[in-house]
Amino acid sequence: MSDRFTITVDGREIPAAPGQTILAAAQASGIYIPRLCHMDGIEPVGACRVCTVRANGRVVAACTQPATASMVVQSQTDELVSWRRQLVEMLFVEGNHFCMFCEKSGSCELQGLAYRLGIAAPRYESIWPRREVDASHPDIILDRNRCILCGRCERTSRDLDGKHVFGFVGRGIHKRLAVNARARLADTGADVTDLAIGACPVGAILRKNRAYRTPVGDRPFDREPIGAPVETRAELTINGGPAS
Amino acid sequence: MSKPRIATCSLAGCFGCHMSVLDIDERLLELVDVVEFDKSPITDIKKFDGRCRIGLIEGGCANEENVAVLRAFRRHCDILVSLGDCATMGGIPALRNLVPIDECFREAYIDGPSTHNPAKIIPRDVELPLLLDKVRPAHEIVRIDYLLPGCPPSADAIWAAVTALLSDKPIDLPYQLIKYD
Ligand code: SF4
Ligand code: SF4
Ligand code: FES
Repeated sequence: MSDRFTITVDGREIPAAPGQTILAAAQASGIYIPRLCHMDGIEPVGACRVCTVRANGRVVAACTQPATASMVVQSQTDELVSWRRQLVEMLFVEGNHFCMFCEKSGSCELQGLAYRLGIAAPRYESIWPRREVDASHPDIILDRNRCILCGRCERTSRDLDGKHVFGFVGRGIHKRLAVNARARLADTGADVTDLAIGACPVGAILRKNRAYRTPVGDRPFDREPIGAPVETRAELTINGGPAS
Repeated sequence: MSKPRIATCSLAGCFGCHMSVLDIDERLLELVDVVEFDKSPITDIKKFDGRCRIGLIEGGCANEENVAVLRAFRRHCDILVSLGDCATMGGIPALRNLVPIDECFREAYIDGPSTHNPAKIIPRDVELPLLLDKVRPAHEIVRIDYLLPGCPPSADAIWAAVTALLSDKPIDLPYQLIKYD
């Protein structure tokens, strides 16, 4: 690639390319910047701000901000980690999260981030909103109680499945996930094989009849924190393995 | 020197966290060597006998009795630990927070599928503790010093926390011991 340059992330100098986001550049060098609304393979939108870093002192979303030559990025500072904690705690209290019976527990990115950030319990009072569950589809359940409005399903359905099954209505605290039908998911073109169904970071969109198949202890975040694979890949790279 | 005292209570919980305390197995013997149990369902002691070093709180607060017990624990214990998701976040009992309280009463006493109540009476006896508007985590009622999530927290997590507190060390739980389920 032409015109490659370097940036530093938390004091480490790493390569980056024009147009590459801070998050992508960091990830390619084995530095994990927490994220929720961003997922590899879809267009970043900067909705959740969990990836917030300081770039040359300015507060930016690492998933959308392009890296520029000699940029100095801070990610793991006390200030930024504390902001991320607050954001994650707010996401918990804005929805209705009962991890003890949630099918996504152990592989949920919101929960995984809370573990990684060392959150024992949200410090804020819960809102306990009333949200709708849509179980109309034979193979998919949509539980808005757990939706964090990240938009990953929307973008995946639109850009990868070419379907536009999901969208948002309302603003601010009234924003909620809508489906492309008068009311029910069953009346949309959603299919259980859609990539959008697997794009949800939390237990808001789930495939039916799959619950609790992985024993506690073997689930992705039971042993290793979220982001560990990014960091492990870096170790492989340092030892001479290929960078992905 | 007298042994430090531990008290425990189950507020709006299911006793699962207490089961997990018992689940420390033979380490219970080690524990009773170094501590004295005060007010606790484990000993069935109903009233505080003295100042306690540690109070383990299972369950959040669903009614005024829970609040009174929790406040008594705060008064009698140096360190309060919220034990489990109900104490730290409300847990399963907080499912009722999604339903207005009169609807809860109607479902419990009148409309429930297994309810026989032809006179449609909702009990209002003074003996019955008043329900709070919402089930609340313990730290919304009194100051809580430590939070130990889990449904229930594993016996290993409880052991690690209690032994650290007894030896005045910071609670430093390995990643694998912090769980919300
Ligand atoms: S979606 Fe995640 S955070 Fe929410 S209840 Fe399920 S496991 Fe817990
Ligand atoms: S349903 Fe899932 S993927 Fe879609 S916006 Fe909500 S949390 Fe994000
Ligand atoms: S991951 Fe960057 S804003 Fe959500």
